[in-house]
Amino acid sequence: MSPATDWPLWEVFVRSRRGLSHSHAGSLHAPDATMALRQARDLYTRRGEGVSIWVVPSSQITASSPDEKDPFFEPAADKPYRHPTFYEIPEGVRHL
Amino acid sequence: MTTAPAVEEATESAFLAAFDAAVAADSRIEPRDWMPDAYRATLVRQMAQHAHSEIIGMQPEANWITRAPSLRRKAILMAKVQDEAGHGLYLYSATETLGVGRDELLDKLHSGRQRYSSIFNYPTLTWADVGAIGWLVDGAAITNQVPLCRCSYGPYARAMIRICKEESFHQRQGYELLLTLSRGTAEQHAMAQDAVDRWWWPSLMMFGPPDEESGHSAQSMEWKIKRHSNDELRQRFVDICVPQAEILGLTLPDPDLRWNEERGSYDYGDIDWTEFQQVLRGNGPCNEQRISQRRQAHEDGAWVREAASAYAAKHEGGAR
Amino acid sequence: MNRVPVTAAIALGDDALVLAQRLGEWAGHAPVLEEDVALANIALDLLGQARTLLSMAGDEDQHAYLREEREFRNVQLVEQPNGDFAHTIARQLYFATYQQLMYSELATAQSELEQGGLAALAAKAVKEVAYHRDHAVQWTLRLGDGTPESHERMQRALDALWRYTGELFQPMEGLPVDLPALREPWLAAIGEVVARATLTMPDGPDRTPWAAGAGRQGVHTESFGRMLAEMQHLHRAHPGASW
Repeated sequence: MSPATDWPLWEVFVRSRRGLSHSHAGSLHAPDATMALRQARDLYTRRGEGVSIWVVPSSQITASSPDEKDPFFEPAADKPYRHPTFYEIPEGVRHL
Repeated sequence: MTTAPAVEEATESAFLAAFDAAVAADSRIEPRDWMPDAYRATLVRQMAQHAHSEIIGMQPEANWITRAPSLRRKAILMAKVQDEAGHGLYLYSATETLGVGRDELLDKLHSGRQRYSSIFNYPTLTWADVGAIGWLVDGAAITNQVPLCRCSYGPYARAMIRICKEESFHQRQGYELLLTLSRGTAEQHAMAQDAVDRWWWPSLMMFGPPDEESGHSAQSMEWKIKRHSNDELRQRFVDICVPQAEILGLTLPDPDLRWNEERGSYDYGDIDWTEFQQVLRGNGPCNEQRISQRRQAHEDGAWVREAASAYAAKHEGGAR
Repeated sequence: MNRVPVTAAIALGDDALVLAQRLGEWAGHAPVLEEDVALANIALDLLGQARTLLSMAGDEDQHAYLREEREFRNVQLVEQPNGDFAHTIARQLYFATYQQLMYSELATAQSELEQGGLAALAAKAVKEVAYHRDHAVQWTLRLGDGTPESHERMQRALDALWRYTGELFQPMEGLPVDLPALREPWLAAIGEVVARATLTMPDGPDRTPWAAGAGRQGVHTESFGRMLAEMQHLHRAHPGASW
């Protein structure tokens, strides 16, 4: 198998409609960014699932390691005041 | 970022306990989580086989694209075969999260070291076979796949959700195709019946060997890669198909098929597992043909893939 | 007056149908799986155009399945066999560029034809073929400026199909587009891509006595008959049947 035919892997992110953020749809192989975008359009939006696409070389993604889960995410778990449901609001108060 | 000391000290058994707990809690295992080697290997084997099946499965149906008897049917069939290529790609993409490259997977398919579903080693002899594949083969596949949407491995489950959503049209178009033939001319009706006669038993074999002989089943169920046993899914499929066949006005080729009041299910005749084993071993009608076509397409395309790589290397960063 | 120009609808419909049929032959044979998906997308767009156009002229299946070879009005370019991937891409580049120019004109043509549905079809098709052209351009660049082998194959394909391109610009009865006038912008568009792809513009004749306008008059090349035989045989084997 010639390594020259092994196209790099790209991660595909699709915005399904205006107002939503891009979310991860999957990956694909493409020789370069231009082709990756086109192939992503053909593959991940065959049924009109998207209005915008990002492609990122998989090798360019830095991920948090699951080992680091605790120090990374636990501090956020004990800050319930970041969530609106933390606050008790008297009934009848509107537009809040 | 300093690593938490507790993690450094964690032994493999602690990881295993965390893994088991996640599976037991119906949580999902994600690519960067620790997982037992055997779990990873089972997933790679199953997901690769699934991806390969989608790709090889394009062939028997693509065989009829150029001959589809109406433009409407031609469009439907093209879209369906295209979906199969897409589904293969979703599944290869999910398999790659386990650290196996697509080139390696294709290489294993081409050299016969990984399998695809045996059903695609049967030929599509008439137009009605396109209908029978949609109704029976896709029907069996869907019965198998719906539980996979809850599979413990996240990327596989997500790929299956997407695939199942897209595949619902596949089965319907097949059923509609057969219904049209069954209610058409006498020749068309005979064509439909012949196709169902040939595809019924191989479809039942798609659920794999009986539970007592299925090598991988128990462990896969424990890991929640699999949610139901082969026989359970097969029975579910038979029960769904019998009334559908009645509406089609076609008979299923099994004299032993009858309603069992006690079980609330249909009894069905013995499956010829010798045939299944033969096809599995490579002696089916189309094993050789399917793999050679795949290999040929891959080899014929090598210069194209090389060209695109060479172009990318020359224009790195600037090719927008 | 809102009569559909039947001759034009059939000619454009046949172009789209025949090219869709050829592209459909690629299913399962593409150089890479992503390309199987891409070629099928293009084929499906074309088949959709063909169905709309042929339906304007009557029953789509009757037109597609029950006419003889000499009754088809497609240009010879679209019926040329797929060949290698470079030939398919060259055919796409030539034809999609033509279609994009032609449908852009048609979409804005102010005439009674708008009631006939051609303008509405063109407005939809122009977006589709813009994508087809982009696909062909991207691949022409990669094959032309890829490896020595791909460069040679792409050049050979451009040269081989060149003789079928002149026919695209024959005037067409009932079509409110000045087709001969599209030849210059078409040449410029192709020339630009060919240059970027480090290829050379073919210098042979762009028409032969045999091919000049022949397809539009129902004179086709040999492989077309076999293509039709395959496409039509099942439908014809069951006269009057529904599918």
